[in-house]
Amino acid sequence: MKDNLYKYILGIADNSLILGQRMGELCGHGPSLETDIACANISLDLFGQVRSYYQYASKIAGDGRTEDDIAMLRKEREYVNVLLVEQPNIDFAYIMARQFLFDVYHFMFLTELQKSKDLTLAAIASKSIKEVSYHQRFSSDWIKRLGDGTDESHQKMQNAIDDLWTYTEELFHQTEADKEMVKQEIGVDVKKLKENYYKKVNDVLEEATLNIPESKYFQKGGKQGIHTEHLGYLLSDLQYMQRTYPNMEW
Amino acid sequence: MGTKNWPLWEIFVRSKNGLEHRHFGSLHAADAEMALENARDVYTRRNEGVSIWVVESKHITASNPEHNGELFEPAQDKVYRHPTFYDLPDEVKHM
Repeated sequence: MKDNLYKYILGIADNSLILGQRMGELCGHGPSLETDIACANISLDLFGQVRSYYQYASKIAGDGRTEDDIAMLRKEREYVNVLLVEQPNIDFAYIMARQFLFDVYHFMFLTELQKSKDLTLAAIASKSIKEVSYHQRFSSDWIKRLGDGTDESHQKMQNAIDDLWTYTEELFHQTEADKEMVKQEIGVDVKKLKENYYKKVNDVLEEATLNIPESKYFQKGGKQGIHTEHLGYLLSDLQYMQRTYPNMEW
Repeated sequence: MGTKNWPLWEIFVRSKNGLEHRHFGSLHAADAEMALENARDVYTRRNEGVSIWVVESKHITASNPEHNGELFEPAQDKVYRHPTFYDLPDEVKHM
């Protein structure tokens, strides 16, 4: 039970940690001052949320590892984030498409997690959901702006959606720990979110005059620790300080 | 992104209910909705506000500094326009 709960918490937290790191990479590199700050804000929201999860994971593990140890010192194969969130910042359309495809899921997930029998997880979900509601508003807005914008912005957003689509179905895969947590009414049954997820995503894509990809081939593996080639580079950035100066603190 | 083509917006934030909206600064955005979102991120991320107004800067008509003499100086020697000649009881605050 303890082991499953620990794994379950990491499954939630790693998604936000890795996406937060990706958004954080934009700090000082956003397409305009205003969007730069907006992306950094989203990143900080996500980091704030993962602190709560990793603190809880540290308590559940009870083996002396701190939140920082868990967040910063695992090896690549020990991260269980979905492949979607580790995809690189190719251009602003990709960045917003990735954010949007995750935000819609994230909002639905947290809505359900608020009802968890685990009161700590329910509390973190309740605290996070307002932030995520804004993320979803922000990214949906950009999908529509770029999709229904100029020919060039439309094409770039269509490319981003087409490329990232293959990573969406993994959001609804369940690990053994996930299934166990659902059984105990601690975890969210993500399979039940799938239909609504695609409905919501498709509505926004349609409004943005974008085509809904028809591909039925989906990538998976992140939840089992099998990642795309991009995660290693991301982790070497993320972990640099802790690896170079072990046990450093601010 | 043609950010240099985005128009400028003036941002007004009400920091507390009951207070007036105050000018906080300006930023660029493609339209009013984006201006609101940008203002939220740029000016209210440290819990500064409960309400935001955005106005495209071109809609503001400003007085010309060259006319400051005729506009403002005539008021300088008319101290009697300030209600400073009354004795106020101590209980009256915020005057």
